[in-house]
Amino acid sequence: MHAIEKILARAAGKPAVVPGEIVNCQVDLAEVNDLYLQTIRSFYEMGGKRVHDPKKITFILDHYAPPSTIQQAENQKEMREFCREQGIELLFDIDQGVCHQVLVDYGLVYPGMVLVATDSHTTTHGAFGAFGTGVGATDLATIMITGKLWFRVPEIIRIHLRGKLPRGVYAKDVILKVIGDLGADYAVYKAVEFTGPVLKTFNISERMALCNMTTEMGAKTSYIQPDEITLEFLQERGKHDYEIFTSGAANPYAAEHTYDVSNLEPQLAAPHSVDNVHPLREFIGKPVQQAFLGTCTGGRVEDLAIAARILKGKKVHPGTRFLVVPASKGVLLEAMARGYIQTLLAAGATLVTPGCAACLGTHQGILAAGETCITASSRNFPGRMGHAKAEIFVASPAAVAAAALEGKIVDPAGYLD
Amino acid sequence: MQKVIRGRVFVYGANIDTDQIYPGRYLELTDPEEVSKHAMEGVDPGFAKEFQPGDIVVASTNFACGSSREHAAVALKAMGTGAILADSFGRIFYRNAINLGIPLLVCPHIHEVVKRGDMLKVDLTTGQVTNETTGATIQAQPLSEYVMTILESGGIKPLIKSQYGQKESIEG
Repeated sequence: MHAIEKILARAAGKPAVVPGEIVNCQVDLAEVNDLYLQTIRSFYEMGGKRVHDPKKITFILDHYAPPSTIQQAENQKEMREFCREQGIELLFDIDQGVCHQVLVDYGLVYPGMVLVATDSHTTTHGAFGAFGTGVGATDLATIMITGKLWFRVPEIIRIHLRGKLPRGVYAKDVILKVIGDLGADYAVYKAVEFTGPVLKTFNISERMALCNMTTEMGAKTSYIQPDEITLEFLQERGKHDYEIFTSGAANPYAAEHTYDVSNLEPQLAAPHSVDNVHPLREFIGKPVQQAFLGTCTGGRVEDLAIAARILKGKKVHPGTRFLVVPASKGVLLEAMARGYIQTLLAAGATLVTPGCAACLGTHQGILAAGETCITASSRNFPGRMGHAKAEIFVASPAAVAAAALEGKIVDPAGYLD
Repeated sequence: MQKVIRGRVFVYGANIDTDQIYPGRYLELTDPEEVSKHAMEGVDPGFAKEFQPGDIVVASTNFACGSSREHAAVALKAMGTGAILADSFGRIFYRNAINLGIPLLVCPHIHEVVKRGDMLKVDLTTGQVTNETTGATIQAQPLSEYVMTILESGGIKPLIKSQYGQKESIEG
């Protein structure tokens, strides 16, 4: 069996599982964010009285952090009350940041676990060898009542990465290239595993970006085999004992793709779909009114470090708003300790409180009609960040910072001295 | 549960994401009636006015990809959507819609044999799809046994309620 199958077999209490099989799995941690008041509604509609295990449920208020309408405030209030009534202690309030980063910061993610959240980017946690997958409110409510959820065991696609990334090219460019080649629906109902020597050069932040974006090719989950980089990271933060599963040697993949990244150029996803991927050079000179650095895809300390390096002692272009949203309070504090935030503020960046912010077009940086935004986040759907006639280009944090400096899309490689 | 569904068709293209089905700025709403007013607003602003209960949504590949927002399924459920047929679906939406009791059928090339306003007949038991306006027929993938169980129960909520319905006296 593949490691992913071993995780599901363990969670289902079965000796073995095969792709296509429907299994009912114990969920190790279920996370609800503040878009999903419906989770509580569904819980009661299904006859729920007490949650199955309050220690295995967490609420993270991140999408409306802090709330900008009365309704958002009411929804968050109801969630806090639910947590209090149900004895759910893992409530992370509006000061904490994006769920996927908060979970990692607090050591709640570990290899071999089944992690289910009301957020499509839960694939992020494949970076730790966890089975992370996104669901809707009613599925999550099912877990709250039963402790379990059904899954179809996914076929697994292998993406093998070899070679050496050129300067100015990052994990984000790699995954954009993969999505552009394979398409937004290539991995629907399937899992994506990353393998190969390039992973040894990727830190946890870059691995999270890779796994995060597999959602944009439809993947149910993603996987990177835990190694010494994973273990070192978990040693510092991890709270749980864990078991690392390894794939059998003869494990068959549904498909295999090898990428030599040595000649990869910076990529971007042009409007209005994430698989509309082009070499960034095709859009050099395109003016941008907003540059957005943040989210569960591109708002970690390493991303802020790159931006600070590019903007140190310089000024953001007067025609461009540069929004910086650390993914979490932990990220913000570390970036402050390292001086990155000070550098970015001095350069003219707008600092936004940790959270999802403008990524999903609800607040804190909405786009007007006709505006163009370059973003380190994950999506450029029509209307995603505001007006449907705004244009969104998805790129690496380096490309975002370089565009903020120049007021237009540029190759970031020339700004890394 | 109705096993044969007949309705007028609304046809959409590939990669219609959940932001288009239900724009992010309305995510704070929870009342299904309120939610339904914004159904498909990002791709078809006239949808909520024109769509009648029992009508059918047809799309090309990867319908409802993207965000996990259940609002997308809630909106289409509250509109009285008879069925949704697409070449393929975003996986979270697939679960969400089935959980709410909306029949979803994977039907490769369906968008090629229907146009907006055609009358479609869908047999959920056999997967046989007939365009009654043109006479064309096409075969959808049959629903899995588990999915059929959920649909026959009227969605996952009645199913869970009957299996696990908790009483106040039961210790958590």
